[in-house]
Amino acid sequence: MNTILYILTMAGVTFILRILPLTLIRKPITNRFLQSFFYYVPYVTLSLMVFPDIIEATASPLAGAAAMSVAIVCAWLGLGLVPISAICCALVFVLELFL
Amino acid sequence: MRREFLRGMRDAIPIGVGYLTASIGVGITCQRIGLNAPQGLLMSLLNNASAGEYAGLKVIEENSGLIAIILMMIIANLRYLLMGASMSQHMDEKMPIWQRLIIAFDLTDEMFALAISQPGYFAFSYYLGGMCVVIPGWSVGTVLGVLLGNLVSARLMSALSVLLYCMFIAIVIPAGKKDFTVLGCIGVSFGAGALFHYLPYFDGISSGVKIIILTIVIATAAALVFPRGGEER
Repeated sequence: MNTILYILTMAGVTFILRILPLTLIRKPITNRFLQSFFYYVPYVTLSLMVFPDIIEATASPLAGAAAMSVAIVCAWLGLGLVPISAICCALVFVLELFL
Repeated sequence: MRREFLRGMRDAIPIGVGYLTASIGVGITCQRIGLNAPQGLLMSLLNNASAGEYAGLKVIEENSGLIAIILMMIIANLRYLLMGASMSQHMDEKMPIWQRLIIAFDLTDEMFALAISQPGYFAFSYYLGGMCVVIPGWSVGTVLGVLLGNLVSARLMSALSVLLYCMFIAIVIPAGKKDFTVLGCIGVSFGAGALFHYLPYFDGISSGVKIIILTIVIATAAALVFPRGGEER
């Protein structure tokens, strides 16, 4: 099969998955269970994507674990997205000079 | 409108930088499989999905055909169905279809995180501002990866690879601080993610499917045990 055809099929299927819920669900959900469910979904999904992937992404797992811990502490202390990202990137870079 | 657009652009800068570096990896894979720069560009421009693109490249490499690519995309990207449902609750119900179509085009993990972290409904112009930063980041990075992927220092790539994860942490932790059920969800998710990852029984399941299964199980449990009272948004 042609590469361009593959790419277009990929884009089509992905777009359908993304557009279905955004167009079909127009009204606020009133059911208490569903409301709670969709409230928790983002935090669960995002957390699932962080760990253990972060320690596999870095060259040294230890540096990834350190970055994760520092990011959690910084976020808890109220630091914003940009400073946390900068601190953790720098941390991994410096740690991996030694590890 | 304009203010929201600019604010969206500013907030999306870390995502754009993260995409620029993450998509170099996609570009390197493209080159290895034999895609040229325009093909890589087209793929990233139209798909805006990291796991999805890697999965797709695998199918292209093995030339497994139309059915395989469709199934692979559904599995790798099914979480967007859940995310979209969750995100719909953060959109004004009067938001017109054309705006929803544009948002859906770039409904990614990171843009989703940004949108739901806004208080109340997020504005279309805010999301559009973000898209203007992250889409070029993702596409340019892919092209760079195809053209000169082998030249980027591995040390720098490693440091930048934590960028997107830090962003997720920066979004979930403040929410957990305010609501201990959310904090519990975060802890359970970290643990369950690790368990599913390291126990040998789950090797056959793709990471996309794992995320879907675990999201449904954990969020259902939280919603049943700790339903939210009918508070205002």
